[in-house]
Amino acid sequence: MIIVFALFLLTLLVITALAIVQTTNLFVAVMLTSIFSLLMASNFFILDAADVALTEAAVGAGITTVIFLAALMLTTEHEKPHLSRRKLNTVVITILASLIIYATFDKPRLGDPDAPVHQHLAPWYLEKTPEYMDFPNVVTAILGSFRGYDTLGEVFVVFAACIGVLFILGVKPPEGSTYNPYRSGLKHHLIPQVVGRLLIPFLVLFGLYVQFHGEYSPGGGFQAGALIASAIILYALLEGEAAALRAVPRSVLLGLVIGGATLYGGVGVVCILMGGNFLEYTVLLDNPVAAQQTGIILIEAGVGMAVCGALLSIFHAFAARPMRV
Amino acid sequence: MNLLELLGYFNYWVFAIVLMVGLYTVIAKINLVKKLIGLSIFQSAVFLMYITMDKVEGGTAPIILKGMEGNVFSNPLPQVLILTAIVVGVSTLALGLAIVVRIYESYGTIEEDEILDAD
Repeated sequence: MIIVFALFLLTLLVITALAIVQTTNLFVAVMLTSIFSLLMASNFFILDAADVALTEAAVGAGITTVIFLAALMLTTEHEKPHLSRRKLNTVVITILASLIIYATFDKPRLGDPDAPVHQHLAPWYLEKTPEYMDFPNVVTAILGSFRGYDTLGEVFVVFAACIGVLFILGVKPPEGSTYNPYRSGLKHHLIPQVVGRLLIPFLVLFGLYVQFHGEYSPGGGFQAGALIASAIILYALLEGEAAALRAVPRSVLLGLVIGGATLYGGVGVVCILMGGNFLEYTVLLDNPVAAQQTGIILIEAGVGMAVCGALLSIFHAFAARPMRV
Repeated sequence: MNLLELLGYFNYWVFAIVLMVGLYTVIAKINLVKKLIGLSIFQSAVFLMYITMDKVEGGTAPIILKGMEGNVFSNPLPQVLILTAIVVGVSTLALGLAIVVRIYESYGTIEEDEILDAD
């Protein structure tokens, strides 16, 4: 039964992707991208990746769509139906697609327990997580501790991208630009107001739950940051950008981004000062298991702060930009 | 090769097709926002391939609750790689869109051929 459902979802995924390419209205394309992300999240969930599904649903379907719409607001939503070298492109793409499909027959079948990818590191992670960390979610254990360097790098990429957006959109707008008419939000629309006001507190609460329960159930800093950011973006869409900035001012957002990245790096430096290696949490406390848990909770807090702050700063950078007329 | 074994490759075929749809959008469309949408489709296809590889038959999500230690668990490693990649993906996408917005402010268009003409 689940196989039939998976086939259905994957077929829908292909149809949505084709529809995104086909349409010449960018607003429609962005909405379809949101549906594409939701379908992708369902597929991830069927493939046992609960943490990834949660991230894709929060980031892909939620925040990506809002950022795309903000960019469309500042540019234009109509695409010229012109294509460059259509025949040549179609031929190249068809040949490449057939080559990749031919190559997939060499891949291990879906779910094959003897596939090479399941032989080396993964069994070790699954075996050692209960012993070293003593909490159930292996994904969080790898993210926070076993591959903590990777995650630190990712946090700094998010940090750098946020600074980049602020630099690019922070300069003086061109002459004659006006502020867009939707800056004051959807104050005169009753239904979004009522539904939104009900949703926002629960979204924030769920975000905090995902943050602090990430060691025991799917979740962690990345998902929590995205969820809380989407709750505040929803508030900004309903009440207007100014109200959202009064609730969470720009200085707080920048503080979150910088504080989050510094907290993560700082935990690593403290580990060095206490005689261990960078991000070797076991030296933090006398009990190595408790030390691992403390380290992971601290860096997850850093990740959550940095992601939430970065996504909100990016949203406000787009929303505050006057339109060219 | 029977039908069920063939269906074991279906995820990879979807990966191949979606990947190529994304690539086609990037190389054939001249609208800059559409190109970025294509890039994010391309990226999602790669995510799908990684997550497809993590599945183990009869397995469940890698959350080892008390009393479930003997169960089969799917591979947690590809999940960690893709989880972080999704968040990095949205930040880099935002950077791309910011550049597109500035291009529109300077040229008044986001069609590549018109921008080249204006230069």
